[in-house]
Amino acid sequence: MTSNDDSRANGEESMKTAKAQVAKASGKVSPSSLADVAANRLQSQTANTVGSTGLEARSIHAWFGKKHVLEDISLDFYTGTVTALIGPSGCGKSTFIRILNRMHEFIPTASLAGEVFLDGKDVYEPGVDVTKIRLRIGMVFQKPNPFPSMTIKENVLSGLKLAQLKMNNQEELLESCLRRAGLWDEVKDRLDEYGGALSGGQQQRLCIARSLAVNPQVLLMDEPCSALDPGSTLRIEETIRELSSSMSIVIVTHNMQQAARVSDYTGFFLSDGGPGRLVEVGSTSQIFSNPKEQRTEDYVSGRFG
Amino acid sequence: MSTATVPSKTPPVARVITTKPRFSDKVFRAVVTTGGLSSLVILAVIAFFLVYNGFGVFKSEGLSFFTGFEWVDAQPDAGTAASYGIGAMLYGTLLTGFLAVLFGVPIAVGAALFLSYYAPEWLKKPMVIVVDVMAAIPSIVYGLWGYFVFMPHAEYWAKLIHKYLGFIPFFDMPANAFSRSPFIAGLVLAIMIIPIVTSVSREVFAQTPLDRIQAAYALGATKWSMIKAVVFPYGAGGVVGGAMLGLGRALGETVAVYTVLNLVYDIRIEVLLSAGGNVASMIVNKFGEADAPELKALMAAGFVLFLVTLIVNFIANIIINRTARKG
Repeated sequence: MTSNDDSRANGEESMKTAKAQVAKASGKVSPSSLADVAANRLQSQTANTVGSTGLEARSIHAWFGKKHVLEDISLDFYTGTVTALIGPSGCGKSTFIRILNRMHEFIPTASLAGEVFLDGKDVYEPGVDVTKIRLRIGMVFQKPNPFPSMTIKENVLSGLKLAQLKMNNQEELLESCLRRAGLWDEVKDRLDEYGGALSGGQQQRLCIARSLAVNPQVLLMDEPCSALDPGSTLRIEETIRELSSSMSIVIVTHNMQQAARVSDYTGFFLSDGGPGRLVEVGSTSQIFSNPKEQRTEDYVSGRFG
Repeated sequence: MSTATVPSKTPPVARVITTKPRFSDKVFRAVVTTGGLSSLVILAVIAFFLVYNGFGVFKSEGLSFFTGFEWVDAQPDAGTAASYGIGAMLYGTLLTGFLAVLFGVPIAVGAALFLSYYAPEWLKKPMVIVVDVMAAIPSIVYGLWGYFVFMPHAEYWAKLIHKYLGFIPFFDMPANAFSRSPFIAGLVLAIMIIPIVTSVSREVFAQTPLDRIQAAYALGATKWSMIKAVVFPYGAGGVVGGAMLGLGRALGETVAVYTVLNLVYDIRIEVLLSAGGNVASMIVNKFGEADAPELKALMAAGFVLFLVTLIVNFIANIIINRTARKG
């Protein structure tokens, strides 16, 4: 419980800074302001302990048919941190995170090379139960996708049913997931309404609550705010900050402000016509204030992309 | 301020927007309109023909035409009047139709699921073609196959059912006659409706939104739990509509049923017994030797069958369209 309270207090703090940052960023975007944002964010998060590597990607390559779309990506994701993946469209960010929870293989022509280690065990090893992997590595999609045939309550608890897990004290789990997703106060009186009746931002937080119900170690978010208005985006960013204390979060975003606001680490992907590569990875403040690569600087300063 | 337009006193009237069609457009319009309306006209003409001929029978028999069990011609020698009732046949039609849906729909839904989510890519196309070809086989072929090949097996199953479940009234047997029963007719009809139900179900399953499927998988769903949580709720309406189309076909099926069903003018609940009814088969059965008054009664029976299948198909289409429209 105490750790929960801590994270909430922490979240409130980060919420304030996030609001201030939105105000600050409403003018022109310059690299120095993004760097400030990132630096502020890291300061507010010093209370967070950076845990061990829960998830490691090693030399990942990906192909669609014969087309090589990702080349030699190695990245570590630490428990208790948020890692943002930025880069222009088509550079393979989404493909990369879909490889992490084995969603890549649903595309018929897709193939890959390399390893993804979850607690030291390769998730692509023969004999691994893929449904168990996806239970431990949750995913939130670009477009909010609650199950329309289910109520809000059923949506949150759907993961347990889908994975055929036992349901102990459902009500408690329901409330805690909705609270952690920052949705409880808005829906507590209408849990039996259908999920489709909520607004887009609420639906997305419902999807986050749904992912939390199966207690994942890692949460992958594929541009979770790109279909949402700024207010909803802010709420989700607060949620991400609150959640990050207990898990590892990987977020793909096109919004560099967002990367600067929510993440501890940032990876910059780029494709120069060929396969996407990881150009640079580092602490978010370093990437935005003092990138090592010229291409990173060009991108974060808005010179292309 | 001074330049503002003076509001007109008369309220605005919507203008009529017209387009002047070319001659070639007119010709084309006439051709397609004729084509489109012709099916309606044909339907109406058939209905009129049946009502016109059968009207006298409806009038003289009244409600007993639908409820009566007897089908006897007038016997001037014995001094008895004709009595035409299709109650038993109508009941038999609904019973075999129901059995066909009961047996056929689960198999068809299973086939549709297999084709949509389990079949390897290389098998999908050939299997879809095979299922479609099933729909193109003439019904007499199903009838003959049902009679000579299928019936001996089905009789054996019927005997097993009777042996172990005979205490249930439906499976009771007053006589040792297992051939040409509603059970067997229902099974043959089930096979005949599988293609239509499969193809309708497959189409709605294929429309299941990908983002919902992925959401389920991302939560650790197995394929089966994903299908239960996402595909079935989405496709349920389409499956019901497909089942209704199948029912429509089963109710109107004639020759195949005539071959594998023993027509008896009686309402019996024992489905394994060699005694059933079927309006369409009865018409075929009686048509050849019918005299004028009986012919009119057969027309009336035809009209009832026409109406029942029309209504079932109509409902099926409404259900399918509603499903197709929802997000």
